[in-house]
Amino acid sequence: MVTRLAVRDAACGYGSRTVIDAISFDVSSGEVLCLLGPNGVGKTTLFKTLLGFLPLKGGSMTVDGEDLRGWSRKRFAQVIGYVPQAHTPPFPFRAEQVVLMGRTAHLGTFATPSAADVAIAEEAMELLGISHLADRVYTEISGGERQMVLIARALTQRPKLLVMDEPTSNLDFGNQMRVLSRVNALAESGLGVVMTTHVPDHAFWCGSKVALLRPGGFDIGTPLETVTEDSLRQVYGVEVKLTQTQLADGRIARGCVPLLT
Amino acid sequence: MSADTLTRDPAVEATPRPARPRRAVPILAILAVLPVVALLASFTLGRYAIPLPDLFTVFFGHLLGWPQTWPSATEMVVFNVRLPRIGIALLVGAALATSGTAYQGIFKNPMVSPDILGAAAGAGFGAAMAILMDFSTVGIELSAFVGGLIAVGITYALGNSIGRGSNAVLVLVLTGMVVQAMFSAFISITKFVADPNNKLPEITFWLMGGLSSVSNNEFFVLIAPFLVGVVPMFLLRWKLNVLSFGEEEAQALGVNTRTIRLIFIVCATLLTSSSIAVAGMIGWVGLIIPHLARLLVGPDARVLLPASLLIGAGYLVIVDDIARTAFPTEVPLGILTAIIGAPFFMFLLVKGRDAW
Repeated sequence: MVTRLAVRDAACGYGSRTVIDAISFDVSSGEVLCLLGPNGVGKTTLFKTLLGFLPLKGGSMTVDGEDLRGWSRKRFAQVIGYVPQAHTPPFPFRAEQVVLMGRTAHLGTFATPSAADVAIAEEAMELLGISHLADRVYTEISGGERQMVLIARALTQRPKLLVMDEPTSNLDFGNQMRVLSRVNALAESGLGVVMTTHVPDHAFWCGSKVALLRPGGFDIGTPLETVTEDSLRQVYGVEVKLTQTQLADGRIARGCVPLLT
Repeated sequence: MSADTLTRDPAVEATPRPARPRRAVPILAILAVLPVVALLASFTLGRYAIPLPDLFTVFFGHLLGWPQTWPSATEMVVFNVRLPRIGIALLVGAALATSGTAYQGIFKNPMVSPDILGAAAGAGFGAAMAILMDFSTVGIELSAFVGGLIAVGITYALGNSIGRGSNAVLVLVLTGMVVQAMFSAFISITKFVADPNNKLPEITFWLMGGLSSVSNNEFFVLIAPFLVGVVPMFLLRWKLNVLSFGEEEAQALGVNTRTIRLIFIVCATLLTSSSIAVAGMIGWVGLIIPHLARLLVGPDARVLLPASLLIGAGYLVIVDDIARTAFPTEVPLGILTAIIGAPFFMFLLVKGRDAW
């Protein structure tokens, strides 16, 4: 396990407003960090800073020991792959063309993708089991398929770190689980993953680490330490019962049961 | 978004992969023939008919210094009337179609065009002012460029500060309409103050759009801004694909969006305004040609940009042929492109979103 991302005493925010202060955590290769927390506490601010969309206001962020500060857009894209929430672009690109756009950061200023770049894109689609989508029109495939295409695009960047923005939002149950399995598989292959989510369960299913953000602070730790009945009540104002089941192979599966009033 | 959340039937996914649409390159080769054929045909057409063999004789004879066996009138018509006119029609058609394609990519909207963003009205105002003040051809071009750039700048800045999220595109188009209306009013002011004996008819006639009074001088003046506008766009065209996914995604994919977008806007505006300075207001080309090209070769700018350029060039040459030969008196080109363009655009709308 190599430490990929190291965040030290980072301060993040918009303009003069600091939303998150003095946050520190590591994400190693093979780890998935889940960013949990209610709307407006700074999940988006944190990962936008990580992606370089917002300037870091204090502290440091390094990937493989290299400070992110002063990186060009291109350098960011070569190291950090971003998987946004799937949306509909205005033009009917084919899925393969969308995946190929992941190569942009590795191309010269005036270059267009070569056959080698196409091969890398095809490889990423194969890895995710979506080769059959290559010639489909991106605007016409389902939300789950589109999310997979975006993950393939991020992999085509050959990043060390993957940053995912609510990868399961707008997906049906089956597609959510398929996407989460992919996230786990990608982490196992050596990537570091940071993902935001609104579902505390995801922390148990995917998370090696959890950053639970709440107004004015945060907790960071293993899922078991961080996602507790107390902390969820405190952060979301909802009564939750944590449950667990022993599976046939001895592993323990955990989940949250919200107690609706 | 209920359709989005449906899981695909595995049986559907297992169907064999369709044959790859690798037809883009052959289509491009066919499209490249279009302007050439249009060009040759256009030289022969007109009140002074020149059969194709005569055309070649005169053309090569003149260039290679053969002893003159042809009437001087033919040589005059070929080199001083038809060559500049057809050359300018090619350049203007290519420029408007290419800039339309670029605007649509940058603004992530297949409905924008040089007219809609206010570039045309801004450039028109700049050119009208220059005509009013007796500027040279180069002066008119510069003035049109500055006017166009100011108009697009206002549209973009206003649209950006008002529009947020999903309605950003709608706001952009609406601010474009406002800016266009404003600059149209400015054009009216220049007409109002213009001398009704010479300047007013000049501005009015020029606004209708047409190539009836062009000379070789304008042709050479147009080539420089055309190349300065087109070459960077062609070199950066892959990034246009990435830009159409929006600000943050393009940045995350490694594109310096601010610089690249600025280059595209300046180049596209330069193309639009230099065309307008020479040929007047020629609408619809920048909207329908990119659509037509996208219909043929798909949205990938690597192929779309050259396809738009070729179709636009051939299209305007043909329409200009109609303008100068179809009726006893010449019809202003801008009127014809609108008469052809508007119904064609209606057809595209009816045909539905798939066609974009």
